[in-house]
Amino acid sequence: MDAVVEFLKPHLLPLLWAVVIVAVLPLVAGYIVLLERKVMADIQARLGPMRVGPHGLLQPIADALKLLLKEDIIPANADKWIFWIAPLISVTAAMLALSAMPFGPVFQIADLNVGLLFIVAVSSLGIFGIVLGGWSSNSHYALLGALRSAAQVVSYEVAVGMALVSGLLLAGTLSMRKMVEAQAEQGVWFAFLVPVGFFIYLVAGIAELNRAPFDLPEAESELVAGYMTEYSGFRWALYFLGEYTAMIVVSGIGTTLFLGGWLRPFPNVAAFDFLDYLPAVLFLALTGYCFYRAPKQPVPIQKAVMGLFGVLCLGITAALGWAVTLPAEAVARAGILGAFWFLAKVFLFLYSFMWFRFTFPRYRFDQLMRLGWHFLIPVSLVNVMGVGAALVLHRQAGWPLWQGLVLGTVVTLAVAAWLILVRQRRPVAAPSAGGEV
Amino acid sequence: MIPTSHYLYLALALFTIGVLGVLTRRNVIIILMSIELILNAVNINLVAFARHFGSVDGQIFAIFVVTAAAAEAAIGLGIIIAFFRNRETVLADEMDMLKW
Amino acid sequence: MVEQFTFYFFAALAVISAVLVVTVRNAVYSAVFLITTLLATAGIFLQLRAEFLFVVQIILYVGGIMVLFVFVVMLVDLDVALRQVQFNRQKWVALLVVLAVAGQLVFALALGSEALGLPAAAPESLEPNTESVGLRLFESYMLPFEIASILLLVAMIGAVLLGKRQKPPRSEA
Repeated sequence: MDAVVEFLKPHLLPLLWAVVIVAVLPLVAGYIVLLERKVMADIQARLGPMRVGPHGLLQPIADALKLLLKEDIIPANADKWIFWIAPLISVTAAMLALSAMPFGPVFQIADLNVGLLFIVAVSSLGIFGIVLGGWSSNSHYALLGALRSAAQVVSYEVAVGMALVSGLLLAGTLSMRKMVEAQAEQGVWFAFLVPVGFFIYLVAGIAELNRAPFDLPEAESELVAGYMTEYSGFRWALYFLGEYTAMIVVSGIGTTLFLGGWLRPFPNVAAFDFLDYLPAVLFLALTGYCFYRAPKQPVPIQKAVMGLFGVLCLGITAALGWAVTLPAEAVARAGILGAFWFLAKVFLFLYSFMWFRFTFPRYRFDQLMRLGWHFLIPVSLVNVMGVGAALVLHRQAGWPLWQGLVLGTVVTLAVAAWLILVRQRRPVAAPSAGGEV
Repeated sequence: MIPTSHYLYLALALFTIGVLGVLTRRNVIIILMSIELILNAVNINLVAFARHFGSVDGQIFAIFVVTAAAAEAAIGLGIIIAFFRNRETVLADEMDMLKW
Repeated sequence: MVEQFTFYFFAALAVISAVLVVTVRNAVYSAVFLITTLLATAGIFLQLRAEFLFVVQIILYVGGIMVLFVFVVMLVDLDVALRQVQFNRQKWVALLVVLAVAGQLVFALALGSEALGLPAAAPESLEPNTESVGLRLFESYMLPFEIASILLLVAMIGAVLLGKRQKPPRSEA
């Protein structure tokens, strides 16, 4: 017994973080769905969910309950085992990827030497959940959706990888934690050093997530719901959980490598130290708003729930405010504020995903493939070469790094413009070979 | 610490199973998968010896093996698709056009 | 203790699923079990302190090659194929031969295991794994690296050509 305790001691904190992630993630995913519906409603000038709880704030819980209570249907001709296991693969892959994600200087399960590669590798396993789910349903819509998804993810993985390489060259490490430290040292987020890489990562990341405008695998006007057609109830919810977790993973990688991870804006400038108070002030404002709205709710119970949310926000305010008062080198201060900034950036990503979804029309499959292979991959290759050349000039010839990077970016943009303006004029052969997928 | 020979026995088992698959299965895709098993067994040996001798050369050869496996899988599956398109079969013993 | 447990766990997983790869009827199941084998092997690489290879195994083998396999199995797999005889006529001979070879190899390994008793290097000698692999790859193995990339290029072109549908529909098979 003592041996077990001895063995577990160094693993206690990581275990705790893992439990926190697994326990909180479904709730967070539910609220991201609510956020998405609210953003969609806002963009379309509607109100969105308003009935369950004040402003629909309890909607995710009601949805989860509904999905849990639904009948568990397995199609008669489906391959039972694979049908059963496919959603699990999706969720597991996405959650495993979170294990190396630094949610702050403290809140990280494990800082791996090969962190970024590990996250990319593990999250690329999620594709099997989609493909096997589509195949095992024994339905044409599901199979076609799965094939589309596989083709899309495999194609865009190249562009994502190349975009990541352009950031990695600057960071000089694969460990997620050291990436953030490198950005703190150089005093700039890598998104500003390699804007093209960041842009390509954003676009290709959305394509990898199978989200609009690249949601061909589940295009409802063509394929019902793609690989999820035959799924319902809890399994369907697992797919959704996997998808939203994958969104968090992609946003987390982008945040860590391109947006400075848990660093607040201008971490090295003392004049911006007031930004440390921003989280607490923000949540204080939110608390005030909740209490202000509480009496205006129509039903007593909604008043109470709104008040509860106000108390919740007050609690977060207290935690954030307490963190600010701690001395600068305290672990708790760095951990809490870092987690706030990291999550804020992740939600920035998530908001932009939603915003793209509701403003861009869906691509056609051959357009999608052409965008990936004929535009993003060549541009990202040129970008990597530009960053590499800038680094060589910096180290061998003593150029300032930013000059080389500006030069590289200009060349990359020129290539991109050439690809858009010149190559697109050429008549493209009718989509014949890829048409069947 | 696990003795290196245990890794070798593991690789041996995987290699044997892979060879058995290549020799006995009729489905060409499963034969290709068995070849992947064999290559994998080789990789285990290489990496085990890399640790045994404390040099990364074995790991580098394993990377080359993975590269070769990727090329082999791409070409092999391409041939299977082309063949299936023409003959509608994936059984190895029905691929007998060269016999006459 | 932990090391022993991880090794035997992954080894057992790899061997059991490898057996299933070559014995199950359904090619999709085969692919799933092959994925399991490959992941177990990745675990063994990790246990051998080859972190970089662990990740390469997952990204390339499982995330790349196996996706191709699953893709092709789904395109090609027919319900007919399930009902056909799965093993060819030479299966018993093959089993015999393979067992004989395996027996020889086990015998050789058992004979040579003293040689393996050579003092194994300290595990720390591989320590910054990614860095040392990268340096060695681009210093000592530059030429093979380039040849490998050309091999991949050739394979890519070959696969594209093979997968391309000929313009006139096939005349008469």
